[in-house]
Amino acid sequence: MEMIKEFKVIGKRLPSHDAVEKVTGQTKYADDFALPGMLYGKILRSKFPHAKIKRIDTSKAEKLDGVHCVLTHKDVPNNVIVTRFGQTRAVGGFEGIFRVLAEGKVRYYGEPVALVAAETEEIAERAIDLIEVEYEELKGVFDTVEAMDPKAPKVEDGKSNVIARFKIRKGDVAKGFEEADVIVENEYMSQFIDHAYLEPEAGVAWVEDDGSITIRVSTQVIEHYREIAHVLGIPESRVRVITPKIGGGFGGKEDITVEYYLALLAWKTGRPVKIVQTREESLSFRSKRHPYKFRYKTGVKKDGRIVAVEAELISDAGAYMTLSPWVLLYSTVNAVGPYNVPNVKVDTYTVLTNHPPSGAYRTFGAGQACVAYEQQMDEVAKKLGMDPAEFRKKNYLKKGDTMANGWQIPNTVALHETTDLVLKALGEKPKPSGPKKLVGMGIASGMCSYGRMIFLHDTSRSKVRLELDGSVTIECGVQDVGAGQEASLCQIVSEVLGVPLKKVRIISGDTAATPIAGTTTATRQLYMSGNATYKAAMKVRDNILTKASEILGVDKSELVIEDEKIKKKGEKEGISLRDVAVACAEEGIELFCEAQFNAPFGEVPDPETGQGRVFPDFTYGTTGAIVEIDTETGEVEVLKIASAFDVGTAINPMRVEGQIEGGASMGIGWALTEDVKFEKGIAKAQSFAEYIIATAVDVPDIKSIIVENHDGLGPFGARGVGEVVLAPVPPAVINAVADALGRRIKELPITGERILLTLRGES
Amino acid sequence: MKKYPLEFKVNGKKYSVEVKPNMTLLRLLRSLGFTEVKSGCEKGDCGTCAVLMDGEPVNSCLTLALQAQGKEITTVKGLGTIEKLHPIQEAFVKYGAIQCGFCTPGMVITAKAFLDKNPNPTREEIREAISGNLCRCTGYQKIVDAIEAAAKKMREGR
Repeated sequence: MEMIKEFKVIGKRLPSHDAVEKVTGQTKYADDFALPGMLYGKILRSKFPHAKIKRIDTSKAEKLDGVHCVLTHKDVPNNVIVTRFGQTRAVGGFEGIFRVLAEGKVRYYGEPVALVAAETEEIAERAIDLIEVEYEELKGVFDTVEAMDPKAPKVEDGKSNVIARFKIRKGDVAKGFEEADVIVENEYMSQFIDHAYLEPEAGVAWVEDDGSITIRVSTQVIEHYREIAHVLGIPESRVRVITPKIGGGFGGKEDITVEYYLALLAWKTGRPVKIVQTREESLSFRSKRHPYKFRYKTGVKKDGRIVAVEAELISDAGAYMTLSPWVLLYSTVNAVGPYNVPNVKVDTYTVLTNHPPSGAYRTFGAGQACVAYEQQMDEVAKKLGMDPAEFRKKNYLKKGDTMANGWQIPNTVALHETTDLVLKALGEKPKPSGPKKLVGMGIASGMCSYGRMIFLHDTSRSKVRLELDGSVTIECGVQDVGAGQEASLCQIVSEVLGVPLKKVRIISGDTAATPIAGTTTATRQLYMSGNATYKAAMKVRDNILTKASEILGVDKSELVIEDEKIKKKGEKEGISLRDVAVACAEEGIELFCEAQFNAPFGEVPDPETGQGRVFPDFTYGTTGAIVEIDTETGEVEVLKIASAFDVGTAINPMRVEGQIEGGASMGIGWALTEDVKFEKGIAKAQSFAEYIIATAVDVPDIKSIIVENHDGLGPFGARGVGEVVLAPVPPAVINAVADALGRRIKELPITGERILLTLRGES
Repeated sequence: MKKYPLEFKVNGKKYSVEVKPNMTLLRLLRSLGFTEVKSGCEKGDCGTCAVLMDGEPVNSCLTLALQAQGKEITTVKGLGTIEKLHPIQEAFVKYGAIQCGFCTPGMVITAKAFLDKNPNPTREEIREAISGNLCRCTGYQKIVDAIEAAAKKMREGR
């Protein structure tokens, strides 16, 4: 296939196609939609983190006027299911048991026990209060290390709480430590954090005339229709999932949110049903970022070369397995970071507890690993008396090196460049603004894969259709979380077919109407659906150019499409795209193409050594931070953030900056303020008054630096950016705080309280 | 619960309705079809539900519907249309200030009220002004860029 090398649309700072619709309030999110005769659904949730259910009595609730149905686990055709996540191969060992509604016992505070559908929300709420549940409280387990003890209470009766473990064995770690001049050992901890998307989980379900179910829901994975069909015990072809524009996802809308409940209530009542979760439900009961306990031991030579790393990572899976093993595998592969380490021993565990299930969250475990390995890099540099950036530069991976899992890197790792650019942007560390202030500067480098784990055999499909008037329709099952998933596809098609953006329309996110494009997760849409869309558009382009070549009598290789005209390179006049489209249609030449893109396919890595390719590719980059600490209040002000990433090719630099800036803001919160804080299984943060995300005054102007080496696996050499932009931000901020304090707080978040205690030597 | 009559205007159009005294302005507006007013927390923490009441920004989730008696409510749809965007809306589009878009209507409303009072703000003042409106996607920078650019354009347009 020919390559387009000079760009008219790619790389331009063009507003997204849907920005005008959003800024005028036209966009109808999940809760902005209603149907005649619609009922409201509510969920009765467990009042204990771990308890036997002795009795459920729904009779009073059922008798309440306006109540259409009350459901418990007995009413769910397949209540106990094995969770799967999208269009993937069943690979074994990764799929966990999940209960749609609690059965026999509850495993976390807030676990759904019963459902109600009623005429109004008020009636549904009253009915929920009328359901009687008798519990017998059981001893819970809330600490991962305690949960690993064979004598600990079991979350799944009779089964170990340790639900997955991975290993990496590379080289000879004992020999490595023998060779080391300096060995540094540390323990770190990261916390539960919430996605805090502004749109709470919501949707509407209804029964179609033919008895099939349609669910319009805010989700990153429309392909859950398969699981929903399984729960209802009906064929997959009879469930349709549509996602409107999503009001933020970040992984929190990757596993099922309200889909099962909507489907069950609509199916039982025959009426449309809406469920909108409250912010309290979202913050307290929905999936969170896995907290980790890390133990790192690093051996280095005096000159700064790392010779060995031994790491142990333990994550809190919460009460159900869901995505925890996969998240853990990301942490495992990322455990030593973007460094060339000859001898590696990594052991990782994910453990059930009586917390809400932990789940996917931007970087999917790579971010937690980065929080630990980048703190450790600074600690080692400190012990060596080396500059942290110089120490990192001695060890960065480069093209041709082998990662801890044995994968040889075939393309650019631009970390020297990104670090130099960040240091330059940060400039000199400023003087404190007053006598009671401390200033610190820190950097961190990170990496994150784009595209799903290759043993899942991931694919995406997209369809491009040239209309007879020269406009274009794209049909692609992407879910748009707001990061430009649709907009990038429009830009690609606009480039390939020479059609202005305003004449490109995209129809997305509908399992019955658009080709299945896989999940909007794992930074995969630009890579996967971008390539599928490019492939489809190139086929249509080829048909058009073939016909135009015939009409113009010019060889196809000399033709270009520009501004809706096909012409000989360098010439001003040509034939209009519209006329060629009409000519093609008259002769039955196809003006559409549905194309599929397959990621590289592989197998699960060796369980004993962890050796084997896991991901298609990675994106790498560096963040630097300057902070000032008020020693009287413990308050941290982030004065500067600079972030540089090699994005391969920026399809739209304005959107790449948007990702970098958003990642920086989220990373500041992760490092300094955000904490769901469970106490005995109950979330202490139940509103945005207690769960503190960065506001506009907490974030400085961020210096976004885009590096482009054009050798990614995405269209036009692009690499994914959506997740990696977050990874190095928390450790950069944490390292800056440690620099300011002269000592390190190893537990997150680094709140003012922790800083004051540390300053007083009471940590 | 007894319902009470309420007369008010939304985006220039008069409404006469009957509402329960515990009905919030947010819920009433959304039930009347003004779904551009977003519900993010219903506790006054996030700012997605901001509207103008007689030109002043309020969190409609913390405002009882009956408090709007005789008032003029403006939502983001009352500021501009797809054909004719308000300068603030135009700048949000041009500067990439919108990602998921869920905070956008409230953010634009807050910006409008702020620029009406302070037509020539610094970036710090803009940040302070929108600090009650949470955004999880953008990191706020392009929103600040947009409001700064809109302020300039609105000043020049006077």
